[in-house]
Amino acid sequence: MIDFYAVIPLLIVVLAGGAAMLAEAFRQPGERMPIAGLGVIGLVGAAAASCFLWNTDAQSYGAIRADNFALFINLILCGIGILTMIFSNDVVEREGLPAGEYYALTLFAIAGMMMMAAATDLLVIFIALEILSLAVYVLTGLRRSSAAGAEAAFKYFLLGAFSSAFFLYGIAFAFAISGSTRLDVIGTAIASGPGGTLALLAVGLLAIGFAFKVSAVPFHMWTPDAYEGAPTIVTAFMSTAVKAAAFGAFVRVFLSTLEPLQGHWVPVLSVISALTMILGTVVGVLQSNIKRMLAYSSIAHAGYLLLGIVAANASGKAAVLFYLAVYAIANLGALGIVALLGTADHEHDQLRDFAGLWQSRPGLAGLMTIFLLSLGGFPPTAGFIGKWYIFAAAVQEGHYWLAIIGVLSSVVSVFFYLRIVVMMYMTEDAAGPVRPPISATAMAALAVAMIVTFYLGILPTRVIDLALQSIQTIY
Amino acid sequence: MFEFIAFYAFAAIAIIASLLVIGQRNPMYSVILLIVSFGALAGLYVLLDAPFTAVTQIIIYAGAIMVLFLFVVMLLNVPREEAIASRLGARARRTGAVLSLVFTLEIVWALTRLSVMPVSSGGGGSIGSVARIGTALFTTHAFAFEATSLLILVAMVGAVVLARKEHH
Repeated sequence: MIDFYAVIPLLIVVLAGGAAMLAEAFRQPGERMPIAGLGVIGLVGAAAASCFLWNTDAQSYGAIRADNFALFINLILCGIGILTMIFSNDVVEREGLPAGEYYALTLFAIAGMMMMAAATDLLVIFIALEILSLAVYVLTGLRRSSAAGAEAAFKYFLLGAFSSAFFLYGIAFAFAISGSTRLDVIGTAIASGPGGTLALLAVGLLAIGFAFKVSAVPFHMWTPDAYEGAPTIVTAFMSTAVKAAAFGAFVRVFLSTLEPLQGHWVPVLSVISALTMILGTVVGVLQSNIKRMLAYSSIAHAGYLLLGIVAANASGKAAVLFYLAVYAIANLGALGIVALLGTADHEHDQLRDFAGLWQSRPGLAGLMTIFLLSLGGFPPTAGFIGKWYIFAAAVQEGHYWLAIIGVLSSVVSVFFYLRIVVMMYMTEDAAGPVRPPISATAMAALAVAMIVTFYLGILPTRVIDLALQSIQTIY
Repeated sequence: MFEFIAFYAFAAIAIIASLLVIGQRNPMYSVILLIVSFGALAGLYVLLDAPFTAVTQIIIYAGAIMVLFLFVVMLLNVPREEAIASRLGARARRTGAVLSLVFTLEIVWALTRLSVMPVSSGGGGSIGSVARIGTALFTTHAFAFEATSLLILVAMVGAVVLARKEHH
């Protein structure tokens, strides 16, 4: 029975997803069902289960390990999921998305993500990767009438399938070294072996698979199109949750199993990290579509997170986890606001759509400003502390030039975040389409996200300590 | 000696058929050649003492997936592939050729440097025997097996969402 505990959070989310499907099946035509509430209940349950499992280091079936690291990611994912559900409740109906399928796929995707972060077997990581990818591909193309949506989904799917093949090849080579897909067995084989060609092939191919999912340069091509073409609420979800899960598995595989080969992969990942930070920022400056801009910004943030993996001393590793949480809240908040302002005929995703938001919706403009400042790394928001820890770790490990690139690209990125802010405050309200009303629940959720942003920015030590403790459990 | 000849025969069939697949203008021929290639692969699996894999290879790839391919080709009703290659300039084609040459050399170089360790089969029966695969599936890989059901569920929901008619 003990053997079963580690999968409980995952199982709760799967059940919630199944319940969402059943609710859709029993729905009368035209009837509105509180499916989002169902999802929130499931996610709160999963979060509670994760808290109960804290420090127990439960393992299940030799494939899932609920160590504090996985549970930390679980909590981030539950947070993302709950916010997404609350925003979706406003958005889904208005945009004419098929509700039951939307919620079911989102919840199944979250279950896959939890599985990915907690898996200790490459085979299970791969299956989890496919669960979350398939769900997200479909969510991207959920607006059947939109040509851009179909194009985005198709691009994402084709390139994603391609990267899955790379990942699978990596697993095959890892299996060839050790005769197992279990991370601990592979780790032992690599630690004892000389790190021959096979091991290097495995590392390279696995790195490509992960780099694609976190959209690191040069595997980022799909990101702007997929993020722009997807329904905004889906963009908000996938730009945060997929990254959290993929980085979770990335950290687990590279910083524990493949750590003996650090000398080989650190140079490669540092170059990728530098390119990712530079390209994400420089191209982001040129965008006039907010979703596209935030897509490039999310690429840049993947670069900062990679920097944390490169500078993998204790504080660097903890900084990756901390930064994942910080980035998730800020990005979800910003894109959530874009989603909440959109309607079926008007996406509200152009820069000029935000003109004069301060006059018509002061509260929303204020919240948006705070999330954008956090993404840009302004004190006293959480983004500043997150970047501070990552760059400090890079400097401690002697990656001076990476830290310099990071700081410079953050400074440049502030330019495009501030463009939105300037648009909201200093331009006259354009006589554009009427902005839809926003429910009190969604506003409350945004307010909570804002409070967390400030909390992590002003009193980060408690959460950083938790991140430090949890990152130590993957060894 | 027989194994030796059989291996090279199957390998040659697989490689030549695969080359022909991409060389055909008529997608129908491509699909049928792909079946040949898959069949040869199944032969290789038999030589590797993995009869179960060989049978699934034939049932799933040469059978189900190929039928799917044929259906799509027939439904789309494309008699001949439009010459997309001509739209790519000569430069793009040359770059592609150079890249694939580099890749081939890289693979050859990597393969000559490999020191392959035999992976222990864990004793008792051939790796691919149905009994051993079943045991592994329901013991060592029980979780992966169960997780796959979630994967398939997601795929089904996704297919239904994308394939049905809009009713809004």
